[in-house]
Amino acid sequence: MRLFDSLRSFASSLFHRNEIDRDVEEELRSHIQHRADDLERSGLSRAEAERRARIEFGGYQRFKEDSREALGVHFGESFLQDLRFCLRGMAKKPGFTVVAVLTLALAIGANSVVFGVLNAFILRPLNVPHAESLYGLWRLSSNDMATSYPDYLDLRDRNRTFESLVAYNVTQAGLDTGSDPSRAWVDEASGNYFDALGLQPYLGRVFHSSDERGPNSAPYIVLTHAFWHTHFQDDPGVIGRVVRLNKHPFTIIGVAPPEFHGTLMFFNPDFFVPIVDHQWIDVNDMNARGDRWVFMTLGHLKAGVTPAQAIADLNSVGAYLERTYPKDDPKMSFKLARPSLYGDFIGRPVRTFMTGLMLLAGLILLAACANLGSLFAARAADRSREVALRLALGSSRKRILRGLFTEALLIALMGGAVGLAGSVVLLHALSVWQPISRWPLHMSVNPDAKVYAVALLLALASGLLFGAVPVRQVLQTNPYEVMKGSVAGTKRGRFGLRMTFQDVLLVVQIAICAVLVTSSIVAVRGLANSLHNNFGFELQNTTLVETDLNMAGYLGDKVPPMQKRMIDGIAAIPGVETVGLADQIPLGDTQPDSNVFTDNTSDLRESNAATDAIMFKVSPEYFQAAGTALVSGRPFTWQEDKDKPRVAVVNRVFAQKIFGSEAKAMGAYFKMPDGARVQVVGIAEDGKYASLTEDPRPAMFLPILQWPSNSAYLVVRSSRDPEQLGPAIRSTLRNMDSGLPVYIQTRFKALDAYLFGPRMATISLGVLGVMGAILSVVGIFGMASYSVSKRLREFGIRIALGAQRRELLQTALGRAGKLLAIGSGAGLLLGLAAGKVLAFIVSQATPWDPIVLGGVVLTMLLLGLLAGWVPARRALSTDPLMLLREE
Amino acid sequence: MTVQAQLLPGTLDLLILRAVSLGPLHGYGVLLRIEQISGGALLIEQGALYPGLFRLLRQGLLKADWGTSENNRRAKFYELTAAGQKRLREETASWNRLATAIASALAVQPEES
Repeated sequence: MRLFDSLRSFASSLFHRNEIDRDVEEELRSHIQHRADDLERSGLSRAEAERRARIEFGGYQRFKEDSREALGVHFGESFLQDLRFCLRGMAKKPGFTVVAVLTLALAIGANSVVFGVLNAFILRPLNVPHAESLYGLWRLSSNDMATSYPDYLDLRDRNRTFESLVAYNVTQAGLDTGSDPSRAWVDEASGNYFDALGLQPYLGRVFHSSDERGPNSAPYIVLTHAFWHTHFQDDPGVIGRVVRLNKHPFTIIGVAPPEFHGTLMFFNPDFFVPIVDHQWIDVNDMNARGDRWVFMTLGHLKAGVTPAQAIADLNSVGAYLERTYPKDDPKMSFKLARPSLYGDFIGRPVRTFMTGLMLLAGLILLAACANLGSLFAARAADRSREVALRLALGSSRKRILRGLFTEALLIALMGGAVGLAGSVVLLHALSVWQPISRWPLHMSVNPDAKVYAVALLLALASGLLFGAVPVRQVLQTNPYEVMKGSVAGTKRGRFGLRMTFQDVLLVVQIAICAVLVTSSIVAVRGLANSLHNNFGFELQNTTLVETDLNMAGYLGDKVPPMQKRMIDGIAAIPGVETVGLADQIPLGDTQPDSNVFTDNTSDLRESNAATDAIMFKVSPEYFQAAGTALVSGRPFTWQEDKDKPRVAVVNRVFAQKIFGSEAKAMGAYFKMPDGARVQVVGIAEDGKYASLTEDPRPAMFLPILQWPSNSAYLVVRSSRDPEQLGPAIRSTLRNMDSGLPVYIQTRFKALDAYLFGPRMATISLGVLGVMGAILSVVGIFGMASYSVSKRLREFGIRIALGAQRRELLQTALGRAGKLLAIGSGAGLLLGLAAGKVLAFIVSQATPWDPIVLGGVVLTMLLLGLLAGWVPARRALSTDPLMLLREE
Repeated sequence: MTVQAQLLPGTLDLLILRAVSLGPLHGYGVLLRIEQISGGALLIEQGALYPGLFRLLRQGLLKADWGTSENNRRAKFYELTAAGQKRLREETASWNRLATAIASALAVQPEES
């Protein structure tokens, strides 16, 4: 109540000052009139009575002031005074103000960007109602969220703890709206998808369970709002339009709500189709119980059901399925996972990384506060005379401190505003950025109220923090001592005291900077290293052409001749050296794998498998086109088709693992799960297949003629400029089939997805590192130049007495140098520890690398030099005569 | 030399509350009332009354309204609020305790040993 009262009187005193003043004056005058009335009655003339009344009243102005203060007017007014005073002070020292505001803007900007991302990825739930009770099913045996369609149906119908279990699969399909056929990203969703998630259409209608009447019964498309916007220009007339999806007619029936981008964060599909149409989208049998092609199942828990109860319920359904289908569902137990970041699979690295980043950003802010604290302390020391004078004239210490805090908070708020503005721009840019052109990845990190609140809070907190640094100084100011003129003496004393505190601040700050510099150099090194890896294929002069014959309606026997035609057609383009075909490529979207068995295994059960090998189905020229070297043996030939004995090229790890050595592997046989015997005809170099950080693992290449596949990458080797080559390839393929969706990119660009994490880590660390460096330079510079300016007289005398430059420099910068060394040492050690964490994100990020260590030391030295240069020049160029004259 | 006593610090508020508790008063009236109920023994500088009045006003112990005085002049009239009445009772009790304690302390005669 009291707080509210004083706030109210503060506010009213700010806005109704004149009114209150008039009120008070009228009341005081009325008092005097009443007194005069009494005096007049006792026989005085009116004029004399009023004169006496005024005298009796006492110091009119003083009482008026006191009255106003008692009414709370004073506080508001003195606040305005403080504000005016420090605005004047800032205007007088624009350099100081600009440095302080920018320092803080950088730090708060960094914090609000990082927090904005953290908020969007981790704190903000999915844009569906009651997202907190939404869980996905995580299967423990396969350690993922995939399931088969029949299993999904059983889980949906037999569980008793979910309101309604939905399933969706992420895939691509060729969309033909009449003009340019293109690939689109599709969420195949169960009929109950929108209803279970509680979503209403933005336009038209969504599909429902009632639309599912057997396979291919619901050829409907629900567009996402974004796709409707970009591809149909917000045209409401699109409802009811028939488009072709993989050559099959589908009707657009509605548009999803604008804020809904599917239930997987980052990954924004273009539209939704009912999952019962799967046969038109992909070739696999949707009803095979062993084929776990459905990407994810999820649903809301019923009210009052705990996750533990839901898990028990799911496991009992799982146990039933295990008993009923022992072959397809050998092990079926579950846990619950958050669907938005695919449980912990993406969630954990994102959380870890973002938390680490938030921590670093926090450190930056602390460093900035340390910096500003020192600046403020230095300024307060310079103003000690002014402070002493004000104290001597009767100003209260409280009032002086309030002035200092007003200044600190003002700077903090200005810095916060600038920083926030910058971060909002950056976050908006991030939101529209599509980091990997091939995938519909978006980071919806638009700032919300929480981000603004955090920025404001950080600004206020840091203002109070660095504003508090000079408090002790002011409280300890002894006006008598300062005014007496023994300035030098007292100053020296407090000088020592203050510097030790500032020393700590500076060391901490340098250490933070060194940590950041170390980690960013480690990350950059790691990234550079991972790009110069041997991938097992060549990045240079390689273009990838991606097509899906399924999307263009080619099936079964029509596929291989078309593939041969495409290879021959592109090979005929001038400048193209070789063209290879592969169903999947190393470091591509997916890496199909298969169990393999030794030749003498007869019971081909999963547990008897010799190893699990990555499997690529390729054309004979693939090895040459991809730049994958064969260490021995031969590639395939076009004659090795379905009618010939099965052959394979395996990598060295495969050869060693199955056959013991490469020599034994040549010409030997192994078995596939279907019992086919396959002869090894060649051995290829090892490579990276599923991740840049993986250990070498077995892989095999099979002839695409013997193992047909209708998804196809054409690997084109050509030294021609990809900018020219792309259109040539596109027109060649369009001439063969105008309905064929084609996607062309360089081999290097195709690695974007794999490099995304390391790149983001490197960039963010680099940015923070640069910020840390700027702050350290400012900090060291501030300290060194302040200490030099305070000791100019001493330098002058020393120079006059014949001191050497080296000695002078040592005096001037010795302390800064020592602090730099201590801070860098501590930071380097911490950075080395942090490097271990980094190694999870950036491959081959090891801090135990002479270049890293040398780089850190060199960087810190450079920073020191940069910061110390100007103060050192000033110390050396001290002119003793000038100084003596000044005295 | 005056026979009037200087106010002890903090007692002005109590006196104002007491004066106003006897009925609504304007500022000058408060002054007269205090003089009257103290038998003219207490000296209050006239202007000093107002910061005290405003302090009590701001604490919500008094409320004020403009009105017309017996002299037919515009004046602000003060009244006790419920909180003011409560405060007056508390302060009175505590003052009495203090006064009794001090009086008895002063009344103690040195003991002969």
